[in-house]
Amino acid sequence: MSESLIKNHNERLKVLIRKRRFWNIFLSIGILLGLIFSSKIIDINASRLLSGLPRLGDYVAQILPSLETNSLFLDSKTEGSISYWYFNLPKYLHLLFETFNMALVATIIGSLIALFLSFFAAKNTAPNSLIYFITRRTLEFFRGVPEIIFAILFVWALGIGPIAGIIAMMLHTTGSLGKLFSEVHENSDVRPREALKASGGNWFSEMKFGLLPQVLPNLISYILLRFEINIRASTILGFVGAGGIGQELYLVINFNYYEEVSAIIFLIILTVISIDILSGYLRKNIIEAE
Amino acid sequence: MKSLRIKNLKKKFKNTIAVNGINIEIDEGKIIGIIGRSGAGKSTLLRMINRLVDPTEGSIEFDDIKVSSIKGRALRKWRSECAMIFQQFNLVERLDVLTNVLIGSLGRNYNLLNLFGIFSKEEKINALKNLDRFDLSGIALQKAGTLSGGQQQRVAIARALMQKPRILLADEPISSLDPKNAKRVMDDMLKINREDGITIICNLHSLEVAKKYCDRLIGLSDGKVVFDGSPEALTTEISKELYDLDNE
Repeated sequence: MSESLIKNHNERLKVLIRKRRFWNIFLSIGILLGLIFSSKIIDINASRLLSGLPRLGDYVAQILPSLETNSLFLDSKTEGSISYWYFNLPKYLHLLFETFNMALVATIIGSLIALFLSFFAAKNTAPNSLIYFITRRTLEFFRGVPEIIFAILFVWALGIGPIAGIIAMMLHTTGSLGKLFSEVHENSDVRPREALKASGGNWFSEMKFGLLPQVLPNLISYILLRFEINIRASTILGFVGAGGIGQELYLVINFNYYEEVSAIIFLIILTVISIDILSGYLRKNIIEAE
Repeated sequence: MKSLRIKNLKKKFKNTIAVNGINIEIDEGKIIGIIGRSGAGKSTLLRMINRLVDPTEGSIEFDDIKVSSIKGRALRKWRSECAMIFQQFNLVERLDVLTNVLIGSLGRNYNLLNLFGIFSKEEKINALKNLDRFDLSGIALQKAGTLSGGQQQRVAIARALMQKPRILLADEPISSLDPKNAKRVMDDMLKINREDGITIICNLHSLEVAKKYCDRLIGLSDGKVVFDGSPEALTTEISKELYDLDNE
């Protein structure tokens, strides 16, 4: 009796394994075919990649500065010194500061608008489902349109300069933070709010005392993360004329001022790394303090 | 005429009837214990009295307030007169004890400055006095989340007192406390009932506690009143029936 049961069980197991094997092979072949098909469409071929790769190296070699060890720390008139490479440093620093401020202003204003809208975009805090629906879709629009498109639009409308970049980043920050904030609200504990409601508090005091104290550390953490993203974004936005160091980078690339390209890129990398470290440190402290 | 009158009160949730036609009248100044096993409708009844839950049918009246049908500002005013404490205390854990107590004044005396966390000196003194009544003024600036369960519940009582309520609803106030803290919380409730004349309606799991502290007991089963009388009148048979006691 029990032996036939085991036999039966083994038989069924075999069928299951065979079925699974079939699906594994079927999926593998499918993925392989899909890969071949899509690479045909976007026209990747090995010979072009191989012949192109050295040129990539050429460009990198060209933009690298020609530094000489014995004149490394001499003044900016001597070729081969660091200060010759960075002769334009005061200008770069000024532009970098502009980029930094663009990101800062866009993050602050964007976060405030996002905070305001997030209450209407969370299921448990929205006054009714119509407002919820409208706010959600609005945030999706701000988040869905790439920053660079907004930047091009505002450069066209307001002229070249940082203000176009600030508005573009601000809109995108509102869209993405608004969504993240509203999800934090939705995950919050309902009990403190219930107590406020039960004591006759109105909606505003319910949000201020029942909700905000709980979610604030999370919100700040998201804002810092967004600030890092905006620092990088504001560099790119400069390419379309939205101010800051990116605009200068675009210029030197186009004019083939090779050594200046690497000088600016190194500076940007350095800035991004230090902001990342700083905000990571801040975030950690805020979360741990709670 | 009794001050709180509940007539034919019903509450239907999607598939269940939580409260099924309750009629009770309650005198002012007493401690009323509501007993019965979990799922009997005790919590829903309490929540309907301060309208955290809206009744499906029936009416609740207090003096000349039609509690079951008011809205907006009138509803908030009623809620401020009808304080509530909860099984899980429902404090704002990240705020300090004093602010938690001050929150109780928001329904009664709200102004725009409160939204920036600013409260009048008068309210602050009021809050400290209330904390002092329960020997809690020493921890006024500690974060509420760091307190023990018993302390949190007593802070919640101080918060309720800030509302200057006429009724205090207590939804299983001692279910998550150890016996020693439970006694302290019940003693504090007795104190505000005797000293301030605040009516207390209290959901209780423990029959022993209910008999000790309450002036009147109301037994619920399947959303209906099956017992209503003094603690002395509650016989062993009735309480066995109420709780479906594990003598099977």
